[in-house]
Amino acid sequence: MPTLFQQIQAGKVWDFHGGIHPPSRKERTNQKPVALLDIPDRLYIPLRQHIGVAGKVLVKVGDRVLKGQALTQAENAMAVPVHAPTSGTVLAIELHTSTHPSSLAEPTLILAPDGMDEWRPRKPLDPEQVDLYTLLERIQESGISGMGGAGFPTHIKVNVKQPVDYLIINAVECEPYITADDMLMQERASDIIAGIEILVKLLSPKAVLIGIEDDKPIAVASLKAAIGQKDNYFVREVPTKYPSGGEKQLIQLLTNKEVPAGRRPLDIGIVMQNVGTAFAIAQAVLDDIPLIHRVVTVAGETLAQQQNVLALIGTPISDLLNACGFQAEPQQRIIVGGPMMGFAIADWSVPVVKTTNCILAPTENELGAASDEMDCIRCGACADACPASLLPQQLLWYSKAHDQDKLAEYNLSDCIECGACAYVCPSEIPLVHYYRVAKAEIRETQREALKAEQAKARFDARTERLEREKQERLERNQQLAAQRVAQQQASGQTTQSAAAVQQALERTQQQSAQPLDKEQIIAERERKKAEALAYQQQKQQAQTATPAEDTTATTAEDPRKAAIAAALARAKAKKQAEAQPEAVGQPAPAETATADIPEADAKKAAVAAAIARAKAKKLAEAQPEAIEQPAPAETAAPEVDAKKAAVAAAIARAKAKKLADAQPEASEQPAPAETAAPEVDAKKAAVAAAIARAKAKKLAEAQPETSEQPAPVETAAPEVDAKKAAVAAAIARAKAKKLAEQTQMQQIASEPATEATVQAEAVPAEQDAKKAAIAAAIARAKAKKQQNSEPL
Amino acid sequence: MSFKIASSPHQHSQKTTAQLMKLVALAAVPGIAVQAYFFGYGVLIQLLLAISTALLCEAAVLALRAKKVKVKLLDHSALVTALLLAVAIPSYAPWWLVVIGTAFAIIVVKQLYGGLGNNLFNPAMAAYVLLLVSFPLPMTSWLPAAPLQQQSLSPADAVCTIFTNFSCSGYSISQLRQDADGISMATPLDTLKTDLSQGYTTQESMKKPVFGWLSGEGWFWVNLAYLLGGLFLLQQKVIQWRIPVAVLGSLFGFSLIAWLLSPDTNASPLFQLFSGATMLAAFFIATDPVSASTTEKGRLIFGALIGGLVFVIRSYGGYPDAFAFAVMLANMTVPLIDYYTQPRTYGHKSKGER
Amino acid sequence: MSIITALWALGILALVFGAALGYAAIRFKVDADPLVEQIDEILPQTQCGQCGYPGCRPYAEAIANGDDINKCPPGGDTTIKKLADLMGVEAKPLDAAQTPAVKRVAYIREDECIGCTKCIQACPVDAIVGASKQMHTVIVDECTGCDLCVEPCPVDCIDMVPLASSIERWKWDLNAIPVKVLES
Repeated sequence: MPTLFQQIQAGKVWDFHGGIHPPSRKERTNQKPVALLDIPDRLYIPLRQHIGVAGKVLVKVGDRVLKGQALTQAENAMAVPVHAPTSGTVLAIELHTSTHPSSLAEPTLILAPDGMDEWRPRKPLDPEQVDLYTLLERIQESGISGMGGAGFPTHIKVNVKQPVDYLIINAVECEPYITADDMLMQERASDIIAGIEILVKLLSPKAVLIGIEDDKPIAVASLKAAIGQKDNYFVREVPTKYPSGGEKQLIQLLTNKEVPAGRRPLDIGIVMQNVGTAFAIAQAVLDDIPLIHRVVTVAGETLAQQQNVLALIGTPISDLLNACGFQAEPQQRIIVGGPMMGFAIADWSVPVVKTTNCILAPTENELGAASDEMDCIRCGACADACPASLLPQQLLWYSKAHDQDKLAEYNLSDCIECGACAYVCPSEIPLVHYYRVAKAEIRETQREALKAEQAKARFDARTERLEREKQERLERNQQLAAQRVAQQQASGQTTQSAAAVQQALERTQQQSAQPLDKEQIIAERERKKAEALAYQQQKQQAQTATPAEDTTATTAEDPRKAAIAAALARAKAKKQAEAQPEAVGQPAPAETATADIPEADAKKAAVAAAIARAKAKKLAEAQPEAIEQPAPAETAAPEVDAKKAAVAAAIARAKAKKLADAQPEASEQPAPAETAAPEVDAKKAAVAAAIARAKAKKLAEAQPETSEQPAPVETAAPEVDAKKAAVAAAIARAKAKKLAEQTQMQQIASEPATEATVQAEAVPAEQDAKKAAIAAAIARAKAKKQQNSEPL
Repeated sequence: MSFKIASSPHQHSQKTTAQLMKLVALAAVPGIAVQAYFFGYGVLIQLLLAISTALLCEAAVLALRAKKVKVKLLDHSALVTALLLAVAIPSYAPWWLVVIGTAFAIIVVKQLYGGLGNNLFNPAMAAYVLLLVSFPLPMTSWLPAAPLQQQSLSPADAVCTIFTNFSCSGYSISQLRQDADGISMATPLDTLKTDLSQGYTTQESMKKPVFGWLSGEGWFWVNLAYLLGGLFLLQQKVIQWRIPVAVLGSLFGFSLIAWLLSPDTNASPLFQLFSGATMLAAFFIATDPVSASTTEKGRLIFGALIGGLVFVIRSYGGYPDAFAFAVMLANMTVPLIDYYTQPRTYGHKSKGER
Repeated sequence: MSIITALWALGILALVFGAALGYAAIRFKVDADPLVEQIDEILPQTQCGQCGYPGCRPYAEAIANGDDINKCPPGGDTTIKKLADLMGVEAKPLDAAQTPAVKRVAYIREDECIGCTKCIQACPVDAIVGASKQMHTVIVDECTGCDLCVEPCPVDCIDMVPLASSIERWKWDLNAIPVKVLES
């Protein structure tokens, strides 16, 4: 018993089940040389012409592109680029009817050729000199995808890890009419062999089998001549029978092996490439000509000249037909591809794409289509013709009944849609169409099932999240209540007691956190909250302990406190200034007694105040964590004394400003002292103020809950006298807000619940949590999507 | 100008059901001619009766079912059913026999099951069985082949006999069947069966005049003509070889074994093949696509089952010929056969290996 | 005497067979999926609540407890048929008046959206993203087409639009291809 390889070497060719013998009608076109066409007026280049995803568009409307220039760029492995078939201008990138049975619109680049056909620089490679990676890269960059039918990216198919026994070159071309590969072999056999050699380099197979139907003697002869004395290249003539050019059928013919269901030929050590693809590879590597044209058979009796043409990718089919002398008949069919597996098009502006091997424009008499569908008579002719040994009539029955389980049982998925069954069916039933619909339905059902599963998971996750959030709110409320109690108890005591409270809180939290199945995060969050609260308390105590001492804040020991006090004072001052503009002119209310403003030298006082403020600001800037406190400090502070102090400060400043106004020569002093930003020019200050206000407004819009604070800033500005003061204040506050914003941003970025918020801030906290949840949802969705795309 | 959209494939072999049925009818012509030569013009009259009844019934039921009458009538399936029934019943049987049979075949067996393609049983054979069970006497009253007939019957005689039970010269069917000695002659198969049951050996029985060379007088030629028609159908790829080969093969095989074991009590295999309805059934009846198995293996089993049943019934059953029963019984097993003989799909392991 | 023998015999037989049956019942117990799980499997998991229950699982429980099987508009006739098979009851026509023949998904007209988050709260499968005062949008791949977000929107900026056809999802509906008439 000779081994398989010995049998193959001996020239044995096997057979496959079924098959039909439709009239081939290849003699009409296989004697004439491949014709060249004029460059069409417009080229419609679909961005995706293969199985996979489109690349990223590299050009924009109006760009001039050169012949062979890449129009898209492959961003992942499943993408291959498309190239400009000639030089010209990009007219548009828009939706255009696709060269697909559905006639759905797809993104298409429309190119207006300029007729110069100007090449981009080309860099031919020597396959002997470069490594495999470079070759693969070149194949991908040249936009090569399978040219036989499906359009699978070639670089993926030839980038193999497993050992390859046989490289099969599919030169069968079993569909009637089509002679594109035949002509290519007749005219360019040596290029094809060069392409095969590159494939051999990439795959290192044991042998190269070139399968070709025995009705192409000239092509066989020219291939054999081109091969010469090369070892382990076998040209195998297979009997003319449709569909011997099917991948699985040809494998069976040449090696007597079957590709197991659901597997790839590679799994049995076989890689198959179309002869046109081999040619394209040779052109891409040896001449750096990307896939920008292909041989297309244009046939049918409505044409004056039936012939093969070398068509640029993107040439509208109407151009091809008209160039061949097309005379339409009523109810004309135009078929892209062969009569057995091609599809009819509704719109002849669709372009030639990489997989287009034939355009048929037959007359009704020439290509008799099936007429009205009759009842199946169970004759079994379909089963006899089926190359996959299916039972088409059973499949028809279950397709009609939408019985997907039975369809799976009868292996619908193994149908290659070759059309042999429908061709022989005496009842003229469009069997393949039924199967396609059934397959689409099954795919849809699978998608739906997957989606339902996902929806269920999402629903469950959401339900759980809502429950958790509810629980959290409940807990937080309880804890806050507990803290209030603790606060009341601790309020009269020292900071030590605060620490004790904190510890106590921590304990209770741990206790409450443990029995529940909450994560550590919650405990952590609560702990932080407690810390912050304790800190607040500390602060409050400190403030309340020293309220009467230095109201002007210039002599404050604690810089933080000073900053806060100053800020408060300024805010109040502005408020007052706004409320009673006339009071500014009268600098002598009784309360001023407590203030240390020297009446004599207004200037000095102003300067001092400004310096104080500047210092305070600096401090505030230096220690952003202090900014967390202003809100509580503000609300906690509204004491009588502080108010008085504020009023005093305001008056003092107002006076200072007045003086400054009155004596322009002195103005340089307060201005730099304040913030260094507002120069002498009051205009600039106004601008600054405006900017500050704008910023404040933005903030107010973005965070309505803080809007009560910026409001006075806005209204503080239209004061004539105290302009500068207002500006200063505004800037100061704007900065403060910025800082506040920053800190808040930080909080957002970090764990949503880490903010030490008082009750009033519970709403934003919730929002943060939501945002995080949304982000998580999107992440999940993406993950699922990826998961989905893999098995399909 | 607009373009026509259709699904692939865009061409068709142009072999339609109607053409297949026409070819079947055409292939039966030699057999009918020989049958008419040996068994009288009655065959043609039966044929006319059957065909007109079939077409009328079919049209009526299609109209009732609101189907496209013309299109469906032109598929010629009713024609073939009528033809098969007409040649299966005795040529001088009374007219109502074939009318009842055809009407039953078309209305009940075919259309009530859902029309062409949906009937479980072969309509002609189901009708034949109905007639045989209900009217056994006229259904077995075959005249002897022409050379043995005492009176030569004209076409007018045929008409008279079929419509009035008496020939123009006043002979009844049973009188027409008598030989010179006044003994009514049965078909060769019937004769053999009767003789064997009476203790005669095969050889003794075969000496009777109803037997000719190899099989019955005339019957041999009828079978040969149908064999020719069948070969024509095979050549035209209207039928596949499996069913006829299996039918004939199994019948031959079983009778060969039996004959070798006991040549005195069993007919020779060749006698079996060229007697009765063997060739007609093997090529024209068992191959009816609707009611036969559709898988390759299934067809072999289906055919072999018919051949085996025919042998058993012919040898041991109560009826001299048995194709109607055998085909109907085999029809019943078709769903089962089809289910268990699904071919191994490309790339799959066979069912047993799963 | 003979009667007593007979009684004994019968009694012993009863005991033996009873023991055997009891043993078999435990030994060969079939752990079928709980009915609710099986029903939930069949339901389309849109969680739309159009059946009157808050989600698919509650409806599955209700069906297991004898509720009608025809209350699931998103599932349509296929689901009803499967449920009928499972429950061994007659398949009924859908309760709701009309079933949307085409699959639809929610679409938010984004320039009209005021960012109220009401739709987000309504969505049972978290298929709407957005934050307060920010524009919202629907994750088309996750939307189950349950319509639940349409009602809460205060500015009516949510439409249910048919799912856009794509080449991948195309179902060979050749009759739907518009025939282009060209002047010759």
